[in-house]
Amino acid sequence: MLTKKPIRVAPRWITLLRAIIHATSFLWLSYVLFLGLTGGLAGDPVQYLLDFTGIGSINLMLLSLCVSPVSQYFKFAQLVRVRKTLGVYSAIYALAHLCVFIAFELQFEWLLIVSEIIERPYITVGFLGLLILTSLLVTSFEKVKQKMGRTWGKLHQWVYVALVLGLVHYLWSIKANELQPIVYIVFGIVLLLQRREKIKSIFK
Amino acid sequence: MLIKSPSSSHETESHVTDEAVFNDRRSILKKLGFVGASALLSSHAQAGPLDWFSSDKPVFEQRPLDFIKGKADDALTPEDMATSYNNFYEFGTSKSDPKEHAQEFKVDPWTLTIDGLVEKPITLDYDDLFKKLTLEERIYRLRCVEAWSMVIPWVGFELGKLLALAKPLSSAKYVAFSTIHDPEQMRGQRSRFVGGGVDYPYVEGLRLDEAMHPLSLLGVGMYGKTMPPQNGAPVRLVSPWKYGFKSIKSIVSIRLVDKMPPTSWNILIPSEYGFYANVNPKVDHPRWSQARERRIMGSSVFDQKRIDTKMFNGYSEVASLYDKMDLQKFY
Repeated sequence: MLTKKPIRVAPRWITLLRAIIHATSFLWLSYVLFLGLTGGLAGDPVQYLLDFTGIGSINLMLLSLCVSPVSQYFKFAQLVRVRKTLGVYSAIYALAHLCVFIAFELQFEWLLIVSEIIERPYITVGFLGLLILTSLLVTSFEKVKQKMGRTWGKLHQWVYVALVLGLVHYLWSIKANELQPIVYIVFGIVLLLQRREKIKSIFK
Repeated sequence: MLIKSPSSSHETESHVTDEAVFNDRRSILKKLGFVGASALLSSHAQAGPLDWFSSDKPVFEQRPLDFIKGKADDALTPEDMATSYNNFYEFGTSKSDPKEHAQEFKVDPWTLTIDGLVEKPITLDYDDLFKKLTLEERIYRLRCVEAWSMVIPWVGFELGKLLALAKPLSSAKYVAFSTIHDPEQMRGQRSRFVGGGVDYPYVEGLRLDEAMHPLSLLGVGMYGKTMPPQNGAPVRLVSPWKYGFKSIKSIVSIRLVDKMPPTSWNILIPSEYGFYANVNPKVDHPRWSQARERRIMGSSVFDQKRIDTKMFNGYSEVASLYDKMDLQKFY
């Protein structure tokens, strides 16, 4: 087998890549929210925002989980730095998803919001996934990470659980058979299988 | 003293659109009708932020209709909302798919047959749809099973009047409807995944007394013009006290039968969608509450008003159809 040469680039390129991820994720979300608030979205703006933020969060989570295998395959260790950026935005999109649901779908009817989260299994599942992502988000600061030591790594492995919950939430929320969630689930399974040894060790 | 007691389906005065606004809408429509209704459509064509490469695709041509004007009890949902947010899985499962993929749908020639347990089967061609019976406007609330609602001015005629012409036999107990099966024109009928796994053609049904109720309408237009394809051109059912999926679109067959006919959503997920599908705030969908609804009144998130869902969508005049029926059981 041909041994690949490790890839090394000047750190500024990784910084640039992270800046691009920041800019695209943040501006795109802000732009779509702006359109929703000003009446620039076709059809039902609430549904559009729910779909955009929900699917956006899953996209970013899947992308962040692609980083490790890709960097291993290409022996491109520096790439791992973009993983956190993608993960942070996955959590931000998921929080935006909840905010849209609370503010625009159910319009701050708190009793209904709480009962829907508890009583509707697909919402419960999504909410649990969101709790995991939020705890990963608040512990993503470098200082917190250093304080947490080994616990940090253990906590952040919960992203696999969040992925499964997110995908189940997506599939469950849909009314009829559709191709897109199935493609997502297949992709998610591939990413999880690729880490099966690591995931097994979590449960030991 | 004469005391007027409005039926509960009539909203209070505060809900009525300001007359000036309403009249202005009409005059704009008229002026534009002169220029051509398609100009109105194209100027309102909206694109999502992801449609970066939107092209000048052909737009279905609507024409203005002559009809007896209806009375507006509720503020209307803007036309471009009602024609760009549709459930019509024959053209794709996303709400924006029907408008995007139905513009080239051919509605003329069209054949609608009324047969089965009738004395006089009827066949209507495209022109008959607009001429056989006097057209009238009916402004109805549309409550989707997904807990959103709109207020739409339909143009059409009472289903019961058409059925009466066919003279139903005494053995007729139900009415079975079928949408056109045309996979060449309907991408959702070509692929299971595009069409959401529905076994096409889409079929729906009503009990004969429900079909004969004066509220049951066959719609051939909306907002003063012929029906756009994404809303079920050229002819669709409008059953305002039932969830939207009962109001079957692009109908080619109406058949009177003696047994309860199969209905598409009930076949697909019987635990979630029953035959009756009457709007009922007390019977939740297994996955969400039906107690309240989001009234879509514009394209901003701030134009969405959350309101209580009313029994039979506020059309209490149909209640007598369901005397002694357990509507928890027959959802």
